[in-house]
Amino acid sequence: MTGVQPQLAELDTDALEVGTTATSADGGRARVPWRYLGRRAAFYLFTLWAAITINFFLRRMMKGDAVSQYLSRNRNVSPEAADALRTLLGLDSDKSLLEQYLDYWVLLAQGDLGISLLHGLRPVTEVVSGALPWTIGLVGVATIFSFAIGTVGGAVVGWRRGSRADALIPITTFLSTIPYFWLGLLAIAVFSVNLGWFPIGKAYGVGMRPGWNAEFIGQVLHHGALPIATIVVASLGGWMLGMRNMMLTVLDEDYITVAQAKGMPNQRVLWGYAARNAVLPQIQSFALSIGFIVGGSIVMEMVFSYPGIGKLLLDATNAKDYALMQGVFLVITISVLVANILADIVYAFLDPRTRQAGV
Amino acid sequence: MSTKTKTQATGARTGADRGTDGSRPATNVPAAAVGRESGGRVFLSKLGSAFAMFRNRKSVAGLAILAFFVLIAIFADVLAPFSPTQVDNTARFQPPSAEHWLGTTHIGEDVLSQVIHGTRGVVVVGFLAALIATTIAITVGVISGYVSGWKSEGLSALTNVFLVIPGLPLIIIVAAMFEDPPLWVIAAVLGLIGWAWGARVLRAQTMSLRNRDFIQAARANGEPLRRIITIEMLPNLMALIAASFVGTVTAAILGLTTLSYIGVIPVTTYNWGTILNWASAQGAFQQNQWWWYLPPGLCIAIIGVALSLINFGIDEYVNPRLRSAGERARAMKKKGLDVNEPVTAVRPEMDGLAAHPTPAPADKGTE
Amino acid sequence: MSEPLLSIHDFSVTYDVDPPVHAVKGVTLELARGEILGLAGESGCGKTTLAYGVQRLLKAPAVITNGSVMFHDASGEDVDINALGAEEMRRFRWDKISMVFQGAMNSLNPVAQIGSQLEDVFEVHRPEMTPRQRRSEVADLLELVRVGAQRARSFPHELSGGMRQRVMIAMALALRPQLMVMDEPTTALDVLVQREIIRQISQLRHEFGFSVIFITHDLPLLLEITDRIAIMREGEIVEVGRAEQIWTDPQDAYTRTLLSSFPRLTGERGVVVR
Repeated sequence: MTGVQPQLAELDTDALEVGTTATSADGGRARVPWRYLGRRAAFYLFTLWAAITINFFLRRMMKGDAVSQYLSRNRNVSPEAADALRTLLGLDSDKSLLEQYLDYWVLLAQGDLGISLLHGLRPVTEVVSGALPWTIGLVGVATIFSFAIGTVGGAVVGWRRGSRADALIPITTFLSTIPYFWLGLLAIAVFSVNLGWFPIGKAYGVGMRPGWNAEFIGQVLHHGALPIATIVVASLGGWMLGMRNMMLTVLDEDYITVAQAKGMPNQRVLWGYAARNAVLPQIQSFALSIGFIVGGSIVMEMVFSYPGIGKLLLDATNAKDYALMQGVFLVITISVLVANILADIVYAFLDPRTRQAGV
Repeated sequence: MSTKTKTQATGARTGADRGTDGSRPATNVPAAAVGRESGGRVFLSKLGSAFAMFRNRKSVAGLAILAFFVLIAIFADVLAPFSPTQVDNTARFQPPSAEHWLGTTHIGEDVLSQVIHGTRGVVVVGFLAALIATTIAITVGVISGYVSGWKSEGLSALTNVFLVIPGLPLIIIVAAMFEDPPLWVIAAVLGLIGWAWGARVLRAQTMSLRNRDFIQAARANGEPLRRIITIEMLPNLMALIAASFVGTVTAAILGLTTLSYIGVIPVTTYNWGTILNWASAQGAFQQNQWWWYLPPGLCIAIIGVALSLINFGIDEYVNPRLRSAGERARAMKKKGLDVNEPVTAVRPEMDGLAAHPTPAPADKGTE
Repeated sequence: MSEPLLSIHDFSVTYDVDPPVHAVKGVTLELARGEILGLAGESGCGKTTLAYGVQRLLKAPAVITNGSVMFHDASGEDVDINALGAEEMRRFRWDKISMVFQGAMNSLNPVAQIGSQLEDVFEVHRPEMTPRQRRSEVADLLELVRVGAQRARSFPHELSGGMRQRVMIAMALALRPQLMVMDEPTTALDVLVQREIIRQISQLRHEFGFSVIFITHDLPLLLEITDRIAIMREGEIVEVGRAEQIWTDPQDAYTRTLLSSFPRLTGERGVVVR
């Protein structure tokens, strides 16, 4: 008979040494995910270069030379400004393409985006920086609200499978297939024209002078409420659907079962274990959607006559003010990149797996 | 480009780059079988089974609505009671009546006819743009997913650049360059802007497929790359391709109507967006001429809903968890069980179902 | 035998689907205090359902359709597990009975530090402890399983499989439960690490005196380490006995089949023949 004696021989393996993966696990050094952030930064620099180059070539394809005519008719444009305009708008075809490209970069590095024909020959940078805060305020606030409400809502709907809250998903998805601008126009028709609760457009009342006083801020909030609400309602569906789907995937994971076996209360499992993991892909998809969001919000500005860069772009396009168009596009692209970087930073700090070597 | 319709779907989309997608393509015929039949027939048969994704209720409903609009687009001339440009100065700003079901515009044109004719532009541009975008997405996505090294990374970087650069402003500028762009130009521009998302998703899925056994077997068999991609991989990617296509149609339609409304696309062609442009310019919103501005917007929304339904159907096919989660939970609820309850329910009254309890077997070890 | 810890009587679990699946059929079993009981059988025999079921860890559509599970607490109180409400069950869990799960790959929350995942057990079950006490307790636990207190701030992906499983054991031990259910705790690990883990468990058992239900399909392993073994097949227990007796004198034909399916390591070719 073969013996059944336990043969637990003494193995001299030191438990602490057995195959750990990361050396930086020891010690309490702050673990900044340099590698991950570095790769993202390299990508964004590349994208910026690509955007600027696209801008450069875009100009050369444009027809309709309002600028040359304008320049030839107006003598009060300084020679430097005229030169800058020509470089920016690709009119200096006497130079080689490479020279034009390099000149273009030099101008940009100096922060010179040309002058705006539409806005009384003021520098483009000045015009844009006047409009930018309004857009950032509108889009920023609306997006944060929408993301927050959608994500939290999606987490709750995903957690309570089969409840009546499930109906929220098709409703919000339906709302998000409605074009932004139509929803905005409807909102104006209902709330401004008929009910008179909100003003019809603009960021503040006609004749008000901007200033940091209560009346002005009150007006800004009043005027901004409808556009922000419209954007939130229209974009909520996407966030909610994404989060709910991720929750369903996460809830099947082992660590959720373990948490419940540990006797964790439901709220803790929902937020600390499930939502905390499901939100990671949400943030990634948020970073990718910023471009879309900006696009939609531009339209909002037109609908509500909001003095942001979206409206600036549209006005410039209609007036064929090419320098302004280019400048706005560049600024929009840079803003989107910055927002992306911020989202990536947030993601890197929320997901500890990015701090591993080789990510 | 505009709304998030095509961006939110399953876990298969989000986090796709990290390979955490939960989608598992259904068909998985061993590579050995391929060699014996002609490539074309195999491809078609695999394709056929891959289209099972359209057999659920949501997809069918969505396809039905879509078909309705396509038919209207095709038969617009026959269906519209008036010519859309027929001016009738005696009947301006009229609310709906027996003669004009949707009322008239500021110069007496029949709104219904305009909406019907507008369908054509929307449908054509939507599908054309999606076709262009999806073709590019498949090419870039599958190739960059299948090859490895710097080629793959390079294509991926290209995709990401197009993803990050804001689409609508770019289209606005590009569209401003043309005086009177024909429909196909608009479709092409929309397609060129919108391929990146699909490419990204397809790349992630191809990368995970690449390591599956049946692909390894095909490679070991010496199948040429072209054949591996078209016959082995494409049928498995069908669901994602379909979802990407549908999403792009939605985005293209929204993009087109938005651009038309803004006025960037000249108003020589009819589509629902241009109708809204006129309506808005003529103050229809302020003057409560709802028959003018509601129908076009509703049409956009309804076609959007149809496309979303199709996409939901595909999502549930790809990730059965989504479908069954809600259904199972509701079925359980009917029996009085709560799926979310972490404590098992005790139901002695169900004892009739249990087998006869057996007496404890001989237990020699206990004292 | 020493006093009973867990009395399972005529216990049945059914999955209320169409058609219904009778996963566990009328199981009667008694677990003594400090005993290590092996639960063996092929895949799908219901051993996991039984182990989860007695803790009421199964989710719908699983339903307990019959029987009782009595937990004889060390304080003298008898707890009828089937009769507990949701909140009582939540408090009971981990405190009296804890579990070590299969495949620690995914059993730990990937975004939280090891230390905090151990601490939250104390936060929930021992609210009277101060943060400092919790931290020191967690450090002790990690030292006990030889993972090292400095790993408290590590994340799960930074540890190897063996270390993660050790952390799971530490977590299961945290509240000094009277019973630990171990569901294939070493199946996903390589042989050397398996050895270590088994030794660790034995050591802790001798030190703290808890009972163990050890679920696995690896019968030879059970023959080595357990006091008694229960063989399950298709939802029923076909044989229960002391380990030596199962090996030398199996009563049931199925047990004999199971035993004879393991190849010999030494001696003549062929499968083990006793």
